Amino acid sequence: MTAAALLIDFGSTFTKLRAVDLEAAHVIGSGQGPSTVTTDVTEGLHKALGDLERRIGWLPDFKHRLACSSAAGGLRMVTVGLVPELTAEAARRAALGAGAKLTGTFAYRLTEGDMHRIEGIGPDIILLAGGTDGGNREVIVENAKRLAASSLACPVVVAGNRDAADEAASALARAGKPVTVTGNVMPEFGRLDVEPARAAIRQVFIDRIVHAKGIDRAAAMFDAVLMPTPAAVLEGARLLADGVKGKPGLGPLVVVDVGGATTDVHSVAEGAPTREGVVPHGLPEPVVKRTVEGDLGMRINAKTITEAAGLDAIAAAADLDQAHVRALLDKLTANVERLPQSDDERRLDRALAEAALRIAMTRHAGTITIVQTVTGPISIQTGKDLSDIKALIGTGGVLAHGAGGAAMLKRCLADPAEPHTLRPRAPDLYLDSDYLLFACGLLKDKEPEAALTLGLRHMHPVRNNVS
Amino acid sequence: MPVEPENNGPGRGRTLVTGVIGVDTHIVGNRILGMALEEAGFKVVALGALTPAEDFVKAAIETAADGIMVSSLYGQGELDCRGFRALCVEAGLDDILLYVGGNLVVGKQDWVGVEKRFLDMGFDRAFPPGTRTADVIAALRRDFAARAEGRQRAET
Repeated sequence: MTAAALLIDFGSTFTKLRAVDLEAAHVIGSGQGPSTVTTDVTEGLHKALGDLERRIGWLPDFKHRLACSSAAGGLRMVTVGLVPELTAEAARRAALGAGAKLTGTFAYRLTEGDMHRIEGIGPDIILLAGGTDGGNREVIVENAKRLAASSLACPVVVAGNRDAADEAASALARAGKPVTVTGNVMPEFGRLDVEPARAAIRQVFIDRIVHAKGIDRAAAMFDAVLMPTPAAVLEGARLLADGVKGKPGLGPLVVVDVGGATTDVHSVAEGAPTREGVVPHGLPEPVVKRTVEGDLGMRINAKTITEAAGLDAIAAAADLDQAHVRALLDKLTANVERLPQSDDERRLDRALAEAALRIAMTRHAGTITIVQTVTGPISIQTGKDLSDIKALIGTGGVLAHGAGGAAMLKRCLADPAEPHTLRPRAPDLYLDSDYLLFACGLLKDKEPEAALTLGLRHMHPVRNNVS
Repeated sequence: MPVEPENNGPGRGRTLVTGVIGVDTHIVGNRILGMALEEAGFKVVALGALTPAEDFVKAAIETAADGIMVSSLYGQGELDCRGFRALCVEAGLDDILLYVGGNLVVGKQDWVGVEKRFLDMGFDRAFPPGTRTADVIAALRRDFAARAEGRQRAET
């Protein structure tokens, strides 16, 4: 009997398990149970373990039992910064990179109205930034005092001007708020440093949020809940891109995930200009970047996908008339668990997924703008140039399980009709059909080599020449 | 960061935002100015070429800058700088020190008239082509000394 690991995802609908043989680096089996975090988390986990045992005939003695969670609303975060395009944006990126679900983003001085909104949101964690090191200190201190005086009890991670961080933190601590001070998300103008904030958020997640969400009731059944599920997927992507010492990964890559409520895009790539004479502009991009499109989801946000893509375009792509599309959309949003029942619905699902992928990828990738100057035109690049990434991986329900995942994935690729968006040109295409990326992310620190081999083996290559 | 003794004058440790405004790619003079300012003990936040007016203001807010140094070399400075002080006031930087310099206008125009137009726009000082960096640094020191006494800028 070789060493095995159990990887658990406490999702919002299901509790999913993957049992992995660490020496052979292959999947022993999978199990699934309902999500029972809102009542008693152990119940769903017991059912999932029972399912796993039925499928493989026994339960191995697991060396590691690691979990991630997106249950109970995920890690709901509010970010606060100073200038919207600068520290407020840096804070947003740090929170998304930590796998959070952004429920509010604020800039400048928090107003009375802002405070009411934040209290109404009741986030799990607040990330408070503002000011470069040695820069503005008044606003972050004032905002800390406002948060201190509020009815909020959630932990606050302070990641702003280091000259003001202690004053901000002690204002919060005096009011009894749990507070963590970490490195500034923008220590110098134009330089992002989101890793310390990401690590601090993850630590707060492990120390407090897991308990607050009631997941630690099952503590005897696992070693640790390490991170929110989106962070596990992002860590899996990072491992597959970078590889480990002595075993290379796939190189720069992008992972796309079309869900019921959002479409997530993760890139692990420098994104430096590939075209000659292009001048980069705007905030520097983190190598590991996650964006979440809150208006692009297959069910809850099926109508907003249609708004973004145009009803006529969706209807044409699904080969349905517009009135019929409207009627089907009403059905989907009324019952977000609905699986397609007819050919019409399958075609609509496919049209929605393709539109979501194209739009989400376009928003995640950088753009080129041509500026006319007295010395001639200049190309300016904002965001990441993803033209030359090596791999594009599709994960999540509709891509992994639906038919035609490969064809859908192709909608992410560059389109000669839109030369100014820097989407991937010709990466190898893969589908995470076995839903293993999160498992690789969870195993990454404990068993890096096994996690990498497992990931490389289970990302299913699909042909790039399907139409 | 240790500061050289000769940098102990007024202005030591002050933060200045520099950049070339508009769709202007002429960066060399701005770089030279930036290096001279750093050597004189100022903290320089360099935005580089092709910088929109709004970006100067945003950088100044985030870094709590004491002054903004706008360069313009391609003759369209007057258009680009219009409303610059208003932008600062809008952002709560009412009293920030504003300098502008370079080839500010097209053709050979009387400098006194050009300077007046930029001062009327709300800049504290405007500098013609060929200005030495030492003169800019001396002006900054005089102005920061004047500000320490509660005046907006020095007389000369």
